[in-house]
Amino acid sequence: MARKRKTDTKGQMLLSFGGSGKKKKVVAKKKTAAKREPASASRRQSKARNTHIKDEHIEAKAKAMGERQREISVSEFFAKNRHLLGFDNPSKALLTAVKEAVDNSLDACEEANILPEIKVGIKQTSDNRYRIWVQDNGPGIVKEQIPHIFGRLLYGSKFHTLRMARGQQGIGISAAGMYGLLTTGKSVKINSKTGPRSQAHHYELRIDTKKNRPDIIKDEVIDWDVRSGTRVEIEMEARYQRGRQSVDEYITQTAITNPHTRIRYIMPDGKERIYERSVKDIVIVPKSVKPHPYGVELGVLMKMAKDTKNTTMASFLCNEFSRVSSRVSQQILDKANISSRTRPSRLSHAQAEKLYRAINETKIMAPSTNCIEPIGEEELLKGLQQVVDANFYTVCTRPPAVYRGNPFQIEAALAYGGGHNNKTDEKDNKNNNGNEKELMRVLRFANRVPLLYQQSGCSIFKSILQMNWRLYGLSQSRGALPGGPVTVIVHIASVWVPFTSESKEAVAHYPEIIKEIKLALADCGRRLGRHLRGEKRRRDEALKQSYIEKYIPAIGEALRDILALKDRQVTSVLKNLEYVLERSRSNK
Amino acid sequence: MVRRQVNVLKKIEDSAQDVYDKIDRHRKPKMKIPVRSLSNVMYRPKTGYLELKGGIKERTLTVNTVKTFAQTLKMMSLSKELIEKDDMATKREAYYISKNWAEAAFKEQPESDTVMEDIEAMFGTIREQLRFVPEEKGGEIAGRLIVVDHDSKGKKIEIDCNRFGSGAYSIPIDVENLDFRSRAKFILAIETAGMFQRLHKYSYWDQNNCIMISLGGVPTRACRRFIRRLSDKFKIPVYAFVDGDPYGYFNIYRTLKVGSGNAAHLNRFFCVPQARFLGVTPQDVIDYKLPTHPLKEVDIKRAKDALKNDPFVQHHKPWQKAINQMLKAGVRVEQQAFAKHGLDFVVKEYLPTKLKTVKNFLP
Repeated sequence: MARKRKTDTKGQMLLSFGGSGKKKKVVAKKKTAAKREPASASRRQSKARNTHIKDEHIEAKAKAMGERQREISVSEFFAKNRHLLGFDNPSKALLTAVKEAVDNSLDACEEANILPEIKVGIKQTSDNRYRIWVQDNGPGIVKEQIPHIFGRLLYGSKFHTLRMARGQQGIGISAAGMYGLLTTGKSVKINSKTGPRSQAHHYELRIDTKKNRPDIIKDEVIDWDVRSGTRVEIEMEARYQRGRQSVDEYITQTAITNPHTRIRYIMPDGKERIYERSVKDIVIVPKSVKPHPYGVELGVLMKMAKDTKNTTMASFLCNEFSRVSSRVSQQILDKANISSRTRPSRLSHAQAEKLYRAINETKIMAPSTNCIEPIGEEELLKGLQQVVDANFYTVCTRPPAVYRGNPFQIEAALAYGGGHNNKTDEKDNKNNNGNEKELMRVLRFANRVPLLYQQSGCSIFKSILQMNWRLYGLSQSRGALPGGPVTVIVHIASVWVPFTSESKEAVAHYPEIIKEIKLALADCGRRLGRHLRGEKRRRDEALKQSYIEKYIPAIGEALRDILALKDRQVTSVLKNLEYVLERSRSNK
Repeated sequence: MVRRQVNVLKKIEDSAQDVYDKIDRHRKPKMKIPVRSLSNVMYRPKTGYLELKGGIKERTLTVNTVKTFAQTLKMMSLSKELIEKDDMATKREAYYISKNWAEAAFKEQPESDTVMEDIEAMFGTIREQLRFVPEEKGGEIAGRLIVVDHDSKGKKIEIDCNRFGSGAYSIPIDVENLDFRSRAKFILAIETAGMFQRLHKYSYWDQNNCIMISLGGVPTRACRRFIRRLSDKFKIPVYAFVDGDPYGYFNIYRTLKVGSGNAAHLNRFFCVPQARFLGVTPQDVIDYKLPTHPLKEVDIKRAKDALKNDPFVQHHKPWQKAINQMLKAGVRVEQQAFAKHGLDFVVKEYLPTKLKTVKNFLP
């Protein structure tokens, strides 16, 4: 599973901020009260007594408040705001838990250069409880880190590097475990083995929501018959359903964008689905990159300056950011009127603001894009063919582009016609076929992860609506998705995908991103249009051919009746007629 | 009559032979058909009807036209069979006969009607000569007229049109073999059965020595031919009395007088150049303070279309004036609006006044 090696305290810091802010306010109040004391002499005494009483009162109050004010742990915060992480309702919780576990497994396998083999199981344990387990053949997790990774929120390896990966914050799987604990009281069970000759460990953990620390319930060495890998098991309150926003759909879509993965999925009814690998190449893990100055916000800039080990501004800018040479850093510092020898940790707020403005006024080379690994046209096509049954497929991978200093790359694929069935979801198909006005099916992906919720709030969906699909031979009513047996896939790959929320459900509306999505879709659309026109031409041809066969006999009959022709003459005239018509056809 | 039949037969055989020869020489056969639309007609006051300008549409046998081509030949074949058997078929019957033609069968009657009209136009003949007869019936007669007809056994019958009491004589489908006797001074062609009834009730024809004909909307070919023959034979004028709206002016009166754009190849048989327009004119609305209704959208469209495209209207300034007057007022009027001034107003006031100034009638 995911390796979250570095300790993360950022979440806690941010959340305790609110508390200390309030404390400051109270102190300020006290000061103003004290200032009022030297007032006019005549009223001084009574006034002084009054203020004294008031002061005491305020002080006591502040003290009482101060006692109640304390750090809020991240875990507590998210336990109360579980919707922020995608646990708003039982059916979504099930999906989110599976998704977080599978995402972690895939990230881990890829980083270790292992062709992923994932097993997912869901089993109903009581009326509204399900047990999920996800197992991979990844590198496993070293014993010491297991409790931290699964038992603490915001603990991970991915937040502090800018690298294209599925996970970002290190919240997901521990939040799933926490949700399970909150709803069922059951602990998270983990198996892990780091290699064929290593021992396999079994853990049972509970997250201590107050301390954001794991409670280890069980820690033992077990016999586990795998080369290496991780298995996580969570029992939770959930609801299993089928359809567009289900675990089934998530697994199917994951198979599309991860054709190098073999997935075995055991459903609650005991049935098993296997998604075979269609690509045998190991996915190249993209390099991690330093942030580009354009993509850094003022707050982050200040934090980075405070935390850096560099002792001068010049080295800070050169070493902590990408595309900043000593010449560029000098330009920035000159504009900001900051000495290159200033200690970054001593940077004042005003200076930081100047620096921030100077960065955006300085011309800096666009970030390098080699940190992005697209799925690839061939691979995406194979994945799509594996899952969607159509008679026309097309793919387009755009060159990388940049939004706010973050490189990203768009890929789009389109499938049209045929049975156009989601090969696995038969129940859904029947509904689709019964419905005459079938609309385009939109599958959204970010860093190979399917996005199933908040379709209408996503810039991918918005881009599709803004396009004129009638140009490409599809029907489309105003402000709606185009109609027809079409499936469209849009994948955004980026070191930092701009999601609209922590639950990672929709891509934010950056104009650069929307533009690239539209260009990719237009490319697919043009090829679809060509295909549809060709198909129509072939249909017309066939129709005309049938015309000849249908109507020639009538002409022969009429001529025979009018001219009293002999049978021999009729046969010959028909033969000649056919010849004339065939020739006229081929001439065109 | 017989000679003309031979003519049609020969035309059918000739065109079939032409098709046969072309195919035999590996050429694409063609059929030449005059374009049948208002754009291909012109109005010549001398002859008095809309005639073809000579636009020809060539139908070459290709993959796209093979269906119509086959249907046209089959229709010609059917026509030949009917002539040889001295039989006839209504348009509807012809449509049903086509159901035997396997794939070449017509789906709807309008399709077979179009092919029939194509053949008419191609041969410059009327469909009665092809032995296709309309089943449409229209036109009722009351007045000073004796029609000489034959019964089914060939016996001569004389029909006195003023002896139908409160009923009327109806015009048969084939009027070519009728003969007439009359001393009437004019023919009054009336659009609606309602107005016809009103005049009939007051024995208008008796007092004014005329023949009254109820057109029943757009006059049928038989009705137009009937009026034409009467007017030709007795050299008497025809006065049209229709609703004061674009439909009455163009679809009814214009068709009666100069024929239609769609069947321009037949207009010389079916037009009534002697016809003049009695009313109701847009001016009458003002003169007689008639109650009106606002023009409908289709009315406006039709009127504007007539101003722009109708060769008949384009030739006659008074008509353009009348149409513009109507469009400006934005109202239409019905024949029966005269009832506002009393049921007998039309008989006692309107018609007598109007007939005093025949010269002022619209052309």
